[in-house]
Amino acid sequence: MDIPPLTNGYEIVYKKPQTLTDTPMHYCPGCGHGVAHRVLMEVVEEMGIQDRTIGVAPVGCSVFAYDYMNIDMQEAPHGRASAVASGIKRVLPDRYVFSYQGDGDLAAIGTGETIHVVNRGENILMVFINNGVYGMTGGQMAPTTLLGMKTTTTPYGREVKTAGHPLRITNLVAQLPGACYVTRQAVHTPTTVRKLKKAFRAALEYQQKQQGTCFVEVVSNCPSSWKMTPAEANKWLEENMFPFYPLGDLKLPAQSN
Amino acid sequence: MIRGTVVIAEDICKGCELCIEACPQESLGLSDKINLKGYRYAVLVKDNCTGCVNCALVCPDAAIIVYRQKKPTKTAGPQVEVPI
Amino acid sequence: MEEKAEVRLMKGNEALAEAAFRAGMHAYFGYPITPQSEVIEYLMAEQPSHPECVILQAESELAAINMIYGASGAGARVMITSSGPGISLMQEGISYMSSAQLPCLIANIQRGGPGLGTIQPSQGDYFQAVKGGGHGDYHLIVLAPASVQEMADFVFEGFRLAEKYRNPAMILTDGALGQMMEKVVLPPKGSLPYPEKPWATTGKTKDRERNIITSLFIQPEKMEQINLGLQAKYRQIEKEEVRYETIAVDDAEILLVAFGLTSRICQKTQQLARERGMRVGLLRPITLYPFPVEPIAALAAKVDAVLVVEMNAGQMVEDVRLAVEGKCPVQFKGRMGGMIPSPEEVLQAVETIAEKQHAEL
Repeated sequence: MDIPPLTNGYEIVYKKPQTLTDTPMHYCPGCGHGVAHRVLMEVVEEMGIQDRTIGVAPVGCSVFAYDYMNIDMQEAPHGRASAVASGIKRVLPDRYVFSYQGDGDLAAIGTGETIHVVNRGENILMVFINNGVYGMTGGQMAPTTLLGMKTTTTPYGREVKTAGHPLRITNLVAQLPGACYVTRQAVHTPTTVRKLKKAFRAALEYQQKQQGTCFVEVVSNCPSSWKMTPAEANKWLEENMFPFYPLGDLKLPAQSN
Repeated sequence: MIRGTVVIAEDICKGCELCIEACPQESLGLSDKINLKGYRYAVLVKDNCTGCVNCALVCPDAAIIVYRQKKPTKTAGPQVEVPI
Repeated sequence: MEEKAEVRLMKGNEALAEAAFRAGMHAYFGYPITPQSEVIEYLMAEQPSHPECVILQAESELAAINMIYGASGAGARVMITSSGPGISLMQEGISYMSSAQLPCLIANIQRGGPGLGTIQPSQGDYFQAVKGGGHGDYHLIVLAPASVQEMADFVFEGFRLAEKYRNPAMILTDGALGQMMEKVVLPPKGSLPYPEKPWATTGKTKDRERNIITSLFIQPEKMEQINLGLQAKYRQIEKEEVRYETIAVDDAEILLVAFGLTSRICQKTQQLARERGMRVGLLRPITLYPFPVEPIAALAAKVDAVLVVEMNAGQMVEDVRLAVEGKCPVQFKGRMGGMIPSPEEVLQAVETIAEKQHAEL
């Protein structure tokens, strides 16, 4: 986007980072992916590591993340982003490597990879976008779908009896010794966005210290699948998602002496 | 009060209204026109922006540039009004 | 220290593993499965002498092939090995790598199937190897060794072809060749040069556009172009990379066609037949894809009959029939499920064909 010339006496205090491309994002209006993409790329820009960062996109709505992030990227098979990221990091250990996955990708089809990548303590950042629904395929139940939540495959609301419990995989991951830093953040308000940025920054900095896997969950929305306006979706998020997926740090790195 | 302003890329905006929700000054609203994608896009509706960047922080499409009036430098001499 | 070629007595699986180090492999990701576990065991044991090489036991074949995807996309020379069921699990990743045009070397040390099957040698994965194996229109470059020496040599050749064509290559062998010991001459380390990989995701430097490794081309027009590009590549491979070997075909009346272990058996059969005065020759496809269509077609015009011998229910025989195009009868002799045919057993099939040919005359 062209930046208009500076108005007399004014300076730019916020603009899109150069680490995002000019391709308009395909996400639905109000979708949290766009903010998560931007904040992650802001950190890459501010740390000056664009030339040393390699990302892995998942299958799901963010499959095209590589169209928007102006860095080298690979697109992984469904559920395998963290395995692909492990492969990259093992052969290029001095690079910053991250995987970016949704709830279906990371916590259903890719659960095995998620657990073992963290258990091996791969020095990567795993970004986990949790909106409780399969967005790309049209709003089916995700492993993180809340009880009672209606999706196209739980049209009467998710029931424990048939569909089991929503999975707090971040809590599971935080138990593993290979995890360095595990946190749950959000993207729906200016305050949560600022906190998320700090979390991404910390996670990428820890990666260089080689202390293990950093895992950042972002509790996000899906206005289209939730059949709400973006503002309604963010309100619903606070009232329903946060009680089950409370924000905050689940594991902090061990203090090095 | 610190003065600010925003420039919103109207072709990129999808009219999600999250910036409108986030603006503490209620400076933003939706346009009457629609853009190429068919959305009513966000526009400044009041001249009271402080350049707080809240709108840009929550914008999912990175469509907002925020400007803020430069703070007068402390080393500069007293501001003098120039008579017209 | 400059390394030299070395002669050793080794198992096929060990020769393959040692050759991978010598061929400058950067990374191996694998998962244990019989009859190929010696590969990862050997690599793990020898890794301290090759600190530049990553050897990792993954949590599954699925994870392993995706680590291969990532490492290959990052520009590394990578290898993965498995057997039947494990190779089936990898098919998704192999399809993705074929589309994303990522070089890698895969070795399938075949065992009897289908299903969990048996751990005894088989050639039942021929179709899977040469026709694609996963979803979509693609091919692997498939090399079929028939000796421990070739288990080592084809590692070099597999890496070279995979990198030349940016395509997965497969060594299709079996449990017998993996387990048996023979003399092997190992090429020196560093003898296989590394090609430039300007497409690799190593970090977007200012002097170039970002590199993207993907198999997603959502616009049908684009997807068709990608497919046409792949097909053009396969035509080039078919033109330039066909490899095969013949024995005593010049005056042959009956042509044996066999690959890998069965070609070794047929070599004995061919000798036994000649001793009995039958004019029998042997053609051994070394590349199963690209398949030696023209050499088989040329010989089919000269011989009375072709006998295809495989350790399966008849898979390569279909490709032989396509190559022969009805020029002569094509018969099949096979054993399945881990059974290895004896040279005498194959000779009986040859004799039956010979009698029938004479009766018709």
